Amino acid sequence: MDFSFLPKYYMFFINGAKITILLSIFTVVLGVILGIVLALMRLSRFGVLRMVATAYIEFIRGTPLLVQLFLFYYGLPKLGIEFPDIPALGTAFPEFMAGVVALSVNSAAYVAETFRAGIQGIDKGQMEAARSLGMPHSMAMRHIILPQAIRNVLPALGNEFIVIIKESSIVSVIGISELMYNADTVRGNSFRPFEPLIVAALIYFVMTFTLSKLLGVAERRMRNSD
Amino acid sequence: MHKSFGRHHVLQGIDIEIEKGEVVVVIGPSGSGKSTFLRCLNLLEQPTGGDIAFEGTSLIHGKPDINKLRERMGMVFQQFNLFPHMTVLDNITLAPRKLKGMSEQAANDVAHNLLRRIGLFDKANSYPGQLSGGQKQRIAIARALAMSPAMLLFDEPTSALDPEMVGEVLDVMKQLAAEGMTMVVVTHEMGFAREVGSRLVFMDGGKVVEQGKPAEVFANPQHPRTKEFLGKVL
Repeated sequence: MDFSFLPKYYMFFINGAKITILLSIFTVVLGVILGIVLALMRLSRFGVLRMVATAYIEFIRGTPLLVQLFLFYYGLPKLGIEFPDIPALGTAFPEFMAGVVALSVNSAAYVAETFRAGIQGIDKGQMEAARSLGMPHSMAMRHIILPQAIRNVLPALGNEFIVIIKESSIVSVIGISELMYNADTVRGNSFRPFEPLIVAALIYFVMTFTLSKLLGVAERRMRNSD
Repeated sequence: MHKSFGRHHVLQGIDIEIEKGEVVVVIGPSGSGKSTFLRCLNLLEQPTGGDIAFEGTSLIHGKPDINKLRERMGMVFQQFNLFPHMTVLDNITLAPRKLKGMSEQAANDVAHNLLRRIGLFDKANSYPGQLSGGQKQRIAIARALAMSPAMLLFDEPTSALDPEMVGEVLDVMKQLAAEGMTMVVVTHEMGFAREVGSRLVFMDGGKVVEQGKPAEVFANPQHPRTKEFLGKVL
C-alpha cells in the first residue's frame, strides 16, 4: 500500500466530494418534490393521473439507472434542453444537470412509493374528521394528511439520501467530475490502480455514516417530542 | 334512504325526520346499520338510494355544496380523530380560520370559551397525545362546536373510553342537549338514552324496527326484536 500520491492529489478527492454532495442535495430536493407529486397522482380520483404515475413508477423501477442516465445525457439536448456552462461549479454544468435530472427522475419513483405508503398509513379517521368539519379534500390533504405523512416518512427519506450519495457515483461515466470520477483520474495519473479507490470508498463511507448517525439523532428527537 | 356495500344491503330503507332541537338516540345490535345511517347523514358514506334533506336542501340531488352543509353538521367520532400534529387550540381553530375566514384572534376567543365550557382551558397548548381519552373526546366535541353547527352527529362517542371517563363526556353532551342543540347519537349508553334522548330509535338489520319516547320504549317495547335486545342490554 502506497498513499504517497495523496499530498499531490488530495484536492481531487475534496473537489470530487464537494460535487458529489452538491449533486446529491439537488437530487434529493428535486426527487422529493417530484415524488410527492407522483404519490398524489397515484392516489388521485382521476384515472388518467393514476395511470400516468403508475406507468412512470413501474418504468423507472424496471429499467437500469445507467440506461436512464444515458437516455437523459443524450436525450435532453435532442429535446432542445441545453444547459449553459457555469465554470465556477468545477465540473461541466450540462453534464452535471443531466446527472441531476437522471438521478432525481429515478429517485422520485422510489420516493413516490414511500410517500404513498406514508399517506395511506394515516388513519382514515383523520380525513373523515377534516371532511366532517367542512374542509375540501385538498385542504384536508394539505393541513391534516401531508404534514403527518411527511413526518412518518422522514426516516425513509433520509435513507433515500444515503442511497443517492452512493448511486451518484454512476454519473462518473458521463464525465461529471465527482468523487468517483476524480478517484479514477488520480488512478490514471499516479499509476496506483488500487489505493485511490480505497480513499474514495472511505470518503463515501464517512459521508453516509455521518448522515446516518445525524438522521438517527433527528429521529430520536422527533419521537421524544411526540 | 338506502345504502349498499357491493351486494350487501346495509340500510334497507330508513325513513326518518328529525326536528330542530331533538336529541335522537339510535341504538341497536352491532351490524344493524346504525353507524352507517349516521355516516350517510353527512355523506361520509354515499347513500345508494333515496334522499336526505337538511334545512330544506337535498344533499343528494342538484349538486349541493357538501362542504358548506358539513360545516353546519358537526361530527364526533368513536376514535376522537383529533389531529395529533397540532395543539388542542389549533385543532379547534383550524376549520373556523380556514373555512369561515375568522381572524386568529377571533378563532382563539371562540376556542378558549369552548375550552372553558368543557373544563379544559388549561389544555389549550397541549398535544392530543398528552390527553386522556375523555379529554380527547371533549376536545373533539369542542372542535365540532367551533364551527357553530346547527346539528351534531355522535358516532358511539363513549365506546372507546375507559369506564371512568364516560361520565365526563356524557356530561358535556347533556349540557349541549339542555341548550337545545339538535343531536343524533349512536350509542350503547342506555342511561344516557333514557335520560337525555327526546326520541329513541331502535335499528336492526338495516331498518328502523321501533321508535318513540325513550321512557315508553324502555318500559314497554312493542316489537319482539326490541324486547330481545333491551332484555340483553338492560
